[in-house]
Amino acid sequence: MSASIVSAPVVLARLRSARKSYGKVVALDEMSLQLRSGQVLALLGANGAGKSTAVSVMLGLCEADQGDASLLDQRPQAMDSRRRTGVMLQSTQLPDTLKVGELLAMTRGYYPQPLSVADCVAMAGLDGLLERRYGKLSGGQQRRVQFAMAICGRPQVLFLDEPTTGLDIEARQQMWAAIRERAAAGCAVLLTTHYLEEAEALADHVVVMQAGRTLAEGSVEQIRERVLQRRIRCHSRMDEQGIAAWPGVRRVQRDGGLLEIQAEPVEPVVARLLAEDPQLSALEVHRAGLADAFLEITRATEAA
Amino acid sequence: MNIPAMNIPAMSTLAPVPLSSRAMAALYLREARFEFLRVLRAPAFSVPTLVFAPMFYLLFGVLLNRGNAGAASYLMVTYSVFGVMGPGLFGFGVGLAMDRERGLLTLKRVQPVPASALLLAKVGMAMIFAACIGAMLLTLGIVLGGVDLDVSQVARLLCVDVLGVMPFCAIGLLIGTLVNGSAAPAVVNLIYMPMALLSGLWLPLRMLPEMVERIAPLWPAWHLSQLGLKIVGQDSGRPVWMHVTVMLGFTAICLFLAQRRLQRS
Repeated sequence: MSASIVSAPVVLARLRSARKSYGKVVALDEMSLQLRSGQVLALLGANGAGKSTAVSVMLGLCEADQGDASLLDQRPQAMDSRRRTGVMLQSTQLPDTLKVGELLAMTRGYYPQPLSVADCVAMAGLDGLLERRYGKLSGGQQRRVQFAMAICGRPQVLFLDEPTTGLDIEARQQMWAAIRERAAAGCAVLLTTHYLEEAEALADHVVVMQAGRTLAEGSVEQIRERVLQRRIRCHSRMDEQGIAAWPGVRRVQRDGGLLEIQAEPVEPVVARLLAEDPQLSALEVHRAGLADAFLEITRATEAA
Repeated sequence: MNIPAMNIPAMSTLAPVPLSSRAMAALYLREARFEFLRVLRAPAFSVPTLVFAPMFYLLFGVLLNRGNAGAASYLMVTYSVFGVMGPGLFGFGVGLAMDRERGLLTLKRVQPVPASALLLAKVGMAMIFAACIGAMLLTLGIVLGGVDLDVSQVARLLCVDVLGVMPFCAIGLLIGTLVNGSAAPAVVNLIYMPMALLSGLWLPLRMLPEMVERIAPLWPAWHLSQLGLKIVGQDSGRPVWMHVTVMLGFTAICLFLAQRRLQRS
């Protein structure tokens, strides 16, 4: 990856104490966000947590009831901020009868200094697709066309709403590489995703939303540390109720011969397991992933 | 994987970069061209729009007419108007409702494309279709129907066809903002077909009940047909300004209502 050129990160898009309700449903509740140059911010949350509303307000598609949004120090609707922003929305169906090359030509023409067609093709993985009609493409190919349209104007801010849905692994990694490349060049990227491994692979900063507000935020590392527990898996016949009483053990589950133990600190538990069951096999210790952390954080507040 | 290097200077500058006026003009033209191509390649839209009016004219104005030149020129004009209504009503009514439903309008709102470029693209598409329909009917009328026209009449009839799309684009726009994509074709047809009949586009009004003839000035399609019929000397004798004023008024009201509706959604 190329070295970052941009010196100090600048806030390029922001949401300030935004409130938005649809009837009685509060979609955003005093939500604030800052999106900095060179940063990939992943916005996580269950369906209905308010991610899409946050993105809509930041893009100027709807107005907040209170608070406001700015994009490149302007109103999000301003033509100039739109010229420097790339957007890939979640549910866009482009005209089926137009060819990929035509869609790209149309979109590139909106921007003063667009990327060359060859660059768009290389970055979005559109080799051999330019002459194909959009409606004849697979879902993953259509997503790649939309990605090309989002980046073709050399945006300074990039909004990607569930960008890799429907992509195979290779295409997903190619898109990740392109997103990283954009961020390294100074672009601010806002990513919403259902794939936590995507946030883990890309994001410098993670914001977990629930019920229209920020529940937790920080680096992937910091979010992970919120759930300081690791997970042991092994084959053992030991009694799970006995293990549950050991110090540090938070939860024990058995699935046939497979035993799963969540614990912190994990090392003494592993030592005791090995000491007490010489027959124990297939031992694995996992660190909590972002997915575990996310589940833990959202579950904790739902219960509260 | 081969990722080309990015051009950084354009990225890191925060100064506004305007689009040159040439690039802006090209944007408007491109938008119109792709709108036309997109619609032309959708046979469900383009075939009925282009084929119905000439086909009906061939049947009623030529084959069943048996050489009455007056009827042949009357029906040539009124079937042209019938044909010209289609692209505006369907292009805007159904097209816009579909664009809205498919999220395309939302994407265009965040892309740096002026709303007027989208609007003019659809109007341009409707005008090109109208010109094609007008030219087909003129050809059929002159070659097969025995209609006798001079060059100036042909040119003026084509102008009426092309400019006549405006009120129907505006009605279509209003429909497209009010109903969803699956209801739009039905709503458009419910307006299109009765208005065509009540404006005397299929049959001359004197063959219909007198009541129908009396309320005909309510319909923009009747006014458009009167402008065409005036060129072939078969209109009902009202002044041109009246027809033009009614159609412009109709267009303005529909645009106003559609704009109010779009602002609220």
